[in-house]
Amino acid sequence: MLIFMGSGIREKEFTPMTGEQIIFLIVGAVTLLSALMVVTRRDLVHSALWLVATLFGVAIIYALLNAGFLAVVQVVVYIGAIAILFIFAVMLTRRQASDTGPSVNNNWWVGALLAVATFGGLVFLLQGWSGFSKTASALPSGFDAIGQLGEALTSPAGFVLPFEVASVLLLAALVGAVYLAFNKK
Amino acid sequence: MIPLSWYLILAAGLFSIGLFGVLARRNAVAILLSVELMLNAVNINLVAFWRYGDVAQMAGQVFAIIVFAVAAAEVAVGLALVISVYRRRNTVVAEDLDLLKW
Repeated sequence: MLIFMGSGIREKEFTPMTGEQIIFLIVGAVTLLSALMVVTRRDLVHSALWLVATLFGVAIIYALLNAGFLAVVQVVVYIGAIAILFIFAVMLTRRQASDTGPSVNNNWWVGALLAVATFGGLVFLLQGWSGFSKTASALPSGFDAIGQLGEALTSPAGFVLPFEVASVLLLAALVGAVYLAFNKK
Repeated sequence: MIPLSWYLILAAGLFSIGLFGVLARRNAVAILLSVELMLNAVNINLVAFWRYGDVAQMAGQVFAIIVFAVAAAEVAVGLALVISVYRRRNTVVAEDLDLLKW
């Protein structure tokens, strides 16, 4: 209640951190560090494995946000399918000669500058927003997030049309992928 | 409780790291890896706004699931393109694929 009234940042320094906050800080730091490793490692297999670590961190963030279904989907779809697809692609397109050049292009400092500017700009913009430091209200008792999500995805009053469009997109993309990767002699 | 700002700053950091990877890496597979980082940052934002807004409105989670589907489609087509290009040109370095640049 106090945090609702006072400015969040000043309160935070005096109140001891809760377990949830400590978990968030550890998971967030690991996620960001492994993301940095993804973009800086020379060996692409290492990059892909660091991506798996990042995706696990994001799954834990979903769990912290009470989105249990998304955390499971993150592990199954992202780590189970997408990361493995990446490792396959890395192994299919490896050549000894291509590993000798630098891993970043000549204009990498422009990219670094733009990334830092984007981060600074986003934080600056968000700090001016009134809802920046608000805290979550407790979930209503008996709230069934997964049931609600399933209902929203399949009821005509909800999101059944975007859901169907997404499945058509997935089908078209997979047919296209098979066509592109097919070895025409 | 964790304030919303922590999630937003984490997502902004993840997005910026992905942006750096997209702009700086030479290998096309590494660029796709960085795109995945950016999509994940967006998903963290969507789920955080769902949790800190009205939880009865499932739009945030539904949109996150659609982003999952789009990411899977993007990776499948992107990696198929990379493998196809590797077969024809024997390279996956994005700088060398400059056929359209006269």
